Amino acid sequence: MTEAQHERAPGDRPSREMDASAPSEFLVYTIGLFVAILLTATSFWTANTTLLWPGGVLLGLAVLAIAQMGIHLVFFLHISSGPESTNNVLALAFGALIVFVVISGTIWIVADMNTNMMMPSGGPMIMKMQH
Amino acid sequence: MNIAIAIDQIPQDALPSASEAGPVPTRIVVAYGFWIFLLSDIVMFAALFASYAVLVRSTAGGPTGAQLFSQKTVAIETACLLFSSYSSGLMSLAVNSRRYLRAYVGALVTLALGAIFLSLEIREFLSMIAIGAAPQKSAFLSAFFTLVGCHGLHVALGLIWLIVMMVQVAVFGFAARVQRRLLCFSLFWHALDIVWVGVFTVVYLMGVSS
Repeated sequence: MTEAQHERAPGDRPSREMDASAPSEFLVYTIGLFVAILLTATSFWTANTTLLWPGGVLLGLAVLAIAQMGIHLVFFLHISSGPESTNNVLALAFGALIVFVVISGTIWIVADMNTNMMMPSGGPMIMKMQH
Repeated sequence: MNIAIAIDQIPQDALPSASEAGPVPTRIVVAYGFWIFLLSDIVMFAALFASYAVLVRSTAGGPTGAQLFSQKTVAIETACLLFSSYSSGLMSLAVNSRRYLRAYVGALVTLALGAIFLSLEIREFLSMIAIGAAPQKSAFLSAFFTLVGCHGLHVALGLIWLIVMMVQVAVFGFAARVQRRLLCFSLFWHALDIVWVGVFTVVYLMGVSS
């Protein structure tokens, strides 16, 4: 039984004997490195520039970070859409769902509580969320 | 006639079911189990990120992130971790093709860059504590030290793991079990870099720009 018939281990790439058209593994890592450097540099530039509308900077940083996580997953961890890595992708999707629920749910609930527990006008705002 | 032949050929191209393919190789089982562990580790980091995001404004009159963070240090730390992720990727290529010298060089570069990252982070922590920005100062600083310190702890454990793996390569060579452990290590190291992308964006860049 060849390994091609099985699921692929996370982090493993299909070997070149099985798929001669696959780019060399060294090239994949190097492309990933350059794209990641580009995205990191853009993130640092975005945080410091005055050219952009300040309200959009946080959203831009979040988008750049998620893009870079995607680059790491595809080029360094070799997550692909092929049939042999379905299990890995499904587990990853479930993990991403939990991460999304934990982070957005926490921020949403606590912001809501903050609004509802705000002191009447003129009250000491400093009391807010000072644990 | 042609259609019948075409239909006959379809199942041969498709993946056979798990029972037809026989037992799954240990390498895939081990790596998949470690993948599940990494995802649960990332869920734990998500909880720390959430608590940091909630507490970031609660400075209790103490220093804020914009006053404490040095972007130059963060940029160097980010570069170290990114290049160490790259070198650990090249190391895993050398391991898969059983080249000793390249594997050792890749491991040494990864180790050196990881050590530089860790020493920069410890220096940053110590300088913050020296000016009174210790974890007990405010909820913001507690959340900061928990989140960034937890990532730093993972990096430290990863460095110890890498040293142990190099000893195993020296003693056992590229035995199948050593190769499996090295695969898990490279997964772990890449996952740490993914978490660091979140840390430098959420903690440092968003802290400085807002």
